[in-house]
Amino acid sequence: MRMLGSRRPGRSLLAGMFAAGLLAAPAVAQENPLPHERWSFDSLFGTFDLAAAQRGFQIYSNVCSNCHSMQYLHYRDLSGIGLEPDQIKAVAAAVTVPLGLDDQGNPKDGPANPGSVFRAPFPNQNAARSANNGAVPPDLSLIINAREGGPNYVYGVLTGYEPAPADFKLADGLYYNKMFPGHQIHMPQPLQDGTVEYSDGTKNNLDQEAHDVVTFLSWAANPEMVERKQMGVRVILFLVFMTGITYAVKRQIWSDVHH
Amino acid sequence: MVGMTKSTFANPVINWIDTRLPIFTMMQKEYGVFPTPKNFNYFWNFGALAMVNLVIMIITGIFLAMNYQPNSELAFGSIQHIMRDVNFGWLIRYVHQNGASMFFIVTYIHIFRGLYYGSYKNPRELLWILGVVILILMMATAFMGYVLPWGQMSYWGATVITNLFSAFPIVGPKIVTLLWGGFSVDNPTLNRFFSLHYLLPFVLVAVIFLHVAALHITGSNNPLGIDVKSPQDTLPFHPYYTIKDSVGICVFLIVLSALVFFAPNFLGDANNFIPANPLQTPADIVPEWYFLPFYAVLRSVPNKLLGVCMMFGSLIVLFVLPWLDTSRVRSARFRPIYRQLIFLWVAAVIVLGICGAHKPEGIWVILSRVATLYYFLHFLVVMPVLGKLERPLPLPESISNPVLGGRGGGPLPGGAPAKPMEKA
Repeated sequence: MRMLGSRRPGRSLLAGMFAAGLLAAPAVAQENPLPHERWSFDSLFGTFDLAAAQRGFQIYSNVCSNCHSMQYLHYRDLSGIGLEPDQIKAVAAAVTVPLGLDDQGNPKDGPANPGSVFRAPFPNQNAARSANNGAVPPDLSLIINAREGGPNYVYGVLTGYEPAPADFKLADGLYYNKMFPGHQIHMPQPLQDGTVEYSDGTKNNLDQEAHDVVTFLSWAANPEMVERKQMGVRVILFLVFMTGITYAVKRQIWSDVHH
Repeated sequence: MVGMTKSTFANPVINWIDTRLPIFTMMQKEYGVFPTPKNFNYFWNFGALAMVNLVIMIITGIFLAMNYQPNSELAFGSIQHIMRDVNFGWLIRYVHQNGASMFFIVTYIHIFRGLYYGSYKNPRELLWILGVVILILMMATAFMGYVLPWGQMSYWGATVITNLFSAFPIVGPKIVTLLWGGFSVDNPTLNRFFSLHYLLPFVLVAVIFLHVAALHITGSNNPLGIDVKSPQDTLPFHPYYTIKDSVGICVFLIVLSALVFFAPNFLGDANNFIPANPLQTPADIVPEWYFLPFYAVLRSVPNKLLGVCMMFGSLIVLFVLPWLDTSRVRSARFRPIYRQLIFLWVAAVIVLGICGAHKPEGIWVILSRVATLYYFLHFLVVMPVLGKLERPLPLPESISNPVLGGRGGGPLPGGAPAKPMEKA
């Protein structure tokens, strides 16, 4: 069962269960099949690999955040990937964000605090569009949930850059990506082997970097996931127990009724 | 004293209240000793399940409304606020979101139960009609609720569905403007949908009250579809059916929990995680899964007005079902041909659901047309004609008789003497 990715196929899967496999599930409109990576958060009890998520945050901070906002995240949320309060304060303080107006009514900038929203790279959509060849870089808070295929799709885009085939007409200023629908993407290849330097000695090849940043983004899109699954296990165990008890009582009560 | 109840409750406080407002006597009569056919199977759980589901939806909905902003600039962000910052907001929202799907699963099974066992027939026609009203109100409520997160699919779904009304001549465009509160889906649309989404569930409660009131006049149907003949055929509702419904409620909660905790977005659409953008149409506009069969009926007709009429017709035909079915035998157990064809109808609905999820091209157009044809044929031709032609199996004498015979439902061996009941 997939926990995170999203799912038009899922809907027809439900119908398909009833149809007893009479009809094929719809094909996702994708010429290249999605990669099937293993994710720490995949399984029923899967959690986020916090070290990977922290490395992913490093990539987001150093690379992605130059163009992509994450407007639904606050620095305080980083406790969810295992950062200590002191670390969060330091991370926030290193970033300059708008802090409203000063006493004279002039816009004021200053270091962020843990309660600040992640710094947005552009003040507004128009600025973002004009700086990026006409395309607004999407906010990444929910990107994993907002794409068919979820983490595998985002991983596929990050690792899907290759030279355009000879017969492919690539528009000016666009890049060829085998995973992106239509294969022409405004984003230049963001990650390559060695784009970031990991302090924990993890190999910094493209595959590892993409893996780490997708882990971070998956957490960002579903920060409640670990708590949710843990609660789910307890709730369902309780309900199974209740079902057993209730059924036993039902049998007891009905025992004097003759069928 | 005139009109005062003679309460039989021993507790003085309850007795005092009951004498002046006999709610305890009423509850005792309607849910305590209420005579209920003894042969219900688990299909008879689903009415109670739908009731429980509605209560869950109303409670979670009230808490969501405390934190939601019905404003096109703020709505999407306020959902994320609920998911991330409100204490257990994610739980409340996921229960509400998946509760909607469960509500339809439960209600569709409840409706199938009614169709299979002929619960819509004399004397329960009005009960059935109220049920169809409930279904339509539920659909309207669910549709408007899906718009509130103001994601791409919310916005474009609202645009497509409200635009359907424009197919009606003369009044159509006026209706659409009225629904929108302007000339496109925008903030006024969101405001009025939020208001109505909060209102309609309480209208639902009222209609469900009438539905249940009507049920308590006619009494429940049962898997044999024959009338209750004697007290031996029934059991008091409590404790027999309160406990049986409780078993169903536990199982229902397990299924709901599995969705909420382990696959909360399984039935959703990725596009609704993108904020509404009036300038960018998603590649594929698909309604929620529970509307897919009706969406497929709509798209199976090349003419817009006719398609809209067929779509609404697929619901409206249910109103006259009690008079379209000419067979006087209720339960499909005793109707060998109907018993097959009702499953053909179910298959048609499922095929329509699958067609609704696909772009209307190639095989899907043909399939949805065939299925739509049978959907209507079943109600408009098969049911009236079959009622006249079909030779039903012999009906059992009473509910307690075949129940004594072991395997319920089959034709009884002729003249088998009824064993005396041990429990009257």
